[in-house]
Amino acid sequence: MSDHEHEHHEELSFWRKYVFSTDHKVIGIQYTVTALFFLFFGFCLMMLMRWQLAFPGKALPIIGALFGADRMPDGIMLPEFYNQLGAMHGTIMVFMGVVPLAVGGFGNFVVPLQIGAPDMTFPRLNMLSYWCYFVGGVIMFASFFVPGGAAQSGWTSYPPLSDIAPSGQTWWLMGMMALIFSSLLGAINFITTIIQLRAPGLTFFRFPFFVWAQFVTSFLLLLAFPPLQAASFFQLMDRVFGTSFFMPEGLVISGQLSEATGGGSPILWQHLFWFLAHPEVYVLILPALGIVAEVIANNTRRPLWGYKSMVYSLIFLGFMSFIVWAHHMFLTGMGSAMSAFFQTTTMIISIPSVIILTALILSLWGGSIRFTTPMLFALAFLPMFGIGGLTGLPLGLASTDIHLHDTYYVIGHFHYVVAPGTLFAMFAGIYYWYPKATGRKMSDFLGKLHFWPSLIFMNGIFMPMMIQGLAGMQRRLYDGGEIYAHTQTALHWHKVISISAWGLALAQIPFIINFFASLRKPKTAGDNPWHSTTLEWAAPSPPPHGNFTELPTVYRAAYEYSHPDHDEDYLPQFQADAQAKPAAATP
Amino acid sequence: MSMAIPYTVEPRPDTGLNNVKIGIWLFLASEVMLFGGLFAGYIILRVGSTDWQPGSAFGLSVPLAFTNTLVLITSSVTMVMAWASLIRKDFSKYRLYMGITVLCGLGFMVIKYIEYTSKFSHGYYPSTHIFLALYFTLTGLHGIHVIAGMGYNAYLWGPGAKMWETAPEQFTNRVEASGLFWHFVDLVWIFLFPVLYLL
Repeated sequence: MSDHEHEHHEELSFWRKYVFSTDHKVIGIQYTVTALFFLFFGFCLMMLMRWQLAFPGKALPIIGALFGADRMPDGIMLPEFYNQLGAMHGTIMVFMGVVPLAVGGFGNFVVPLQIGAPDMTFPRLNMLSYWCYFVGGVIMFASFFVPGGAAQSGWTSYPPLSDIAPSGQTWWLMGMMALIFSSLLGAINFITTIIQLRAPGLTFFRFPFFVWAQFVTSFLLLLAFPPLQAASFFQLMDRVFGTSFFMPEGLVISGQLSEATGGGSPILWQHLFWFLAHPEVYVLILPALGIVAEVIANNTRRPLWGYKSMVYSLIFLGFMSFIVWAHHMFLTGMGSAMSAFFQTTTMIISIPSVIILTALILSLWGGSIRFTTPMLFALAFLPMFGIGGLTGLPLGLASTDIHLHDTYYVIGHFHYVVAPGTLFAMFAGIYYWYPKATGRKMSDFLGKLHFWPSLIFMNGIFMPMMIQGLAGMQRRLYDGGEIYAHTQTALHWHKVISISAWGLALAQIPFIINFFASLRKPKTAGDNPWHSTTLEWAAPSPPPHGNFTELPTVYRAAYEYSHPDHDEDYLPQFQADAQAKPAAATP
Repeated sequence: MSMAIPYTVEPRPDTGLNNVKIGIWLFLASEVMLFGGLFAGYIILRVGSTDWQPGSAFGLSVPLAFTNTLVLITSSVTMVMAWASLIRKDFSKYRLYMGITVLCGLGFMVIKYIEYTSKFSHGYYPSTHIFLALYFTLTGLHGIHVIAGMGYNAYLWGPGAKMWETAPEQFTNRVEASGLFWHFVDLVWIFLFPVLYLL
């Protein structure tokens, strides 16, 4: 790291500046663009599935022939291909889309700026983290083209099915290991950066809420991912060296007794997997809450309501997220004592979530709200995340979960959290920080043209899933449940959902145009276009290598909007002002 | 302004730590979770198994494993001595102790190799029994850690030691961080030895 300080004297080559860069802003943008690509790709997989669900067994017109006879002969989707699409949609969206965007993208770009740091503590590890993610993504992408196709045992990869699946599953495990290593490096870097590189005067309780969210998220990534790494090693051993960690005694496959030596436990995988995957849910949502908090404070022109209780809730939530995992496993027969424990912790963890959401809603009260594009997405996030959270309660209670487990209700529930929830927050973040990253503002008109149809179609997709799930329709059915008597009353919703999904795709066109066309505008945004108070707005737009023209000092809390002793309606953290209350000065 | 990342060598006054120290401890925390997951797997599989066999059933050699335990503990001691020599600015002693540390790591792997090949020659493979699956996976992953730590220590003994001339304090920090990792690898073996060979 010592030679890093010599680097800025020489002009960097194109490769060092834009491809193998150690600058957190370039890496953040690399993460953002790659993750947006994977989000689009994962969305395309799902749109294909929606064709099969809306019109089971019908040939997909025009593009159906492109997929080849081993996937869609004559344009009719094979069940194996449907399973690949389902497994890879989940994997790509969670591990290669939302998390890299929320943490690798926004975290990398914004956190060092918001704490007044010149870069991350370990810039080369940061670069390595991105390239591990990239390699993991390439492995996952390539797995579609190996014999037997990509992984097809769901994004959860439950054994014994995943143990005996075609070779795509091995690729899935290799890809996951690269992604886990990437997030490990990122997490170490974020925590160290936040602890060590804070600007003078920036105490922990002066952090913007987004920094807190990234801090807690990094601990979840650091401590929750390794058990999945362990589980992936076990499963890899099962698949490559013929061990039977997850293969039980006397397993019968297609009428044949399995040759595996047995003695293993399929439930062990579920425990190790959900030990990661439940904290992972909070990895998906906490950065989103952070972005929404920034945008809401900025656009209501008042401080966040209950900042400290939000921070304490965040920490408590991070801790609790490690002891709720088995609420995904109520139906495995693990026993009512275990179920009782995990449903209790699950009910407890809903309390801090509700505190944060309530504080955000109360922050709107009495504000002079500016309905900018980022604010529209942030405002829509609140009820959408609210629906997602509340519909989770019946799933967290062991008795009601018996009916709802593995139905479309589950899909509707968590998609409300991550799609119109987290993804809307991500869009809010992109519209909000785009001027900082590029020096240019995105079009407000196109932004609204993006927002309103997206909001309508999102609900058109996920609300009917709740109805289908309550009717008892199972998830992961190739024909959408056509052959079952009890799902007949809910089948027609498949068409509504599919048409909404394709409509949602069309609604992203204004965003894509806006994202690229705005790059051609003149750089007129200025350092602080939203009249914001946090440190990233003290840097030039876009910030140069090293970020700040001079080291900022922090004088006060993060959200001093409409300060009574100050003429303007915002008083930045970095502005030394004689009019500020003495108590707010640097200790 | 200067682009240098602060606190890479000197500690930050209010935390009292440099960046590398925090980074390596966080990494070790995640390693604890990795091996925690592996040991949890061991417990669940052992408790749930209807046909559990201890290591002795497959001829696991306690004397060899005990020797390996001593070898690793010795290397941990010499690792500390190497670091302490740097604190005392005694570079030739550092070379000596670090060299012994690397050789001990090598000795551990040689004994491990003898153990593995003797299992294979008896027809014992990871797929033979759930105990052997655990044995090969856990010791294999530990072995990868030994090789990684040994490799980095060898680098610090050889080409990496040039840094002692240009940035002695930073070099000492690197040796300390590498030592923390090496102690962790040692500690994992202290758990693996009784769990796999004695219980």
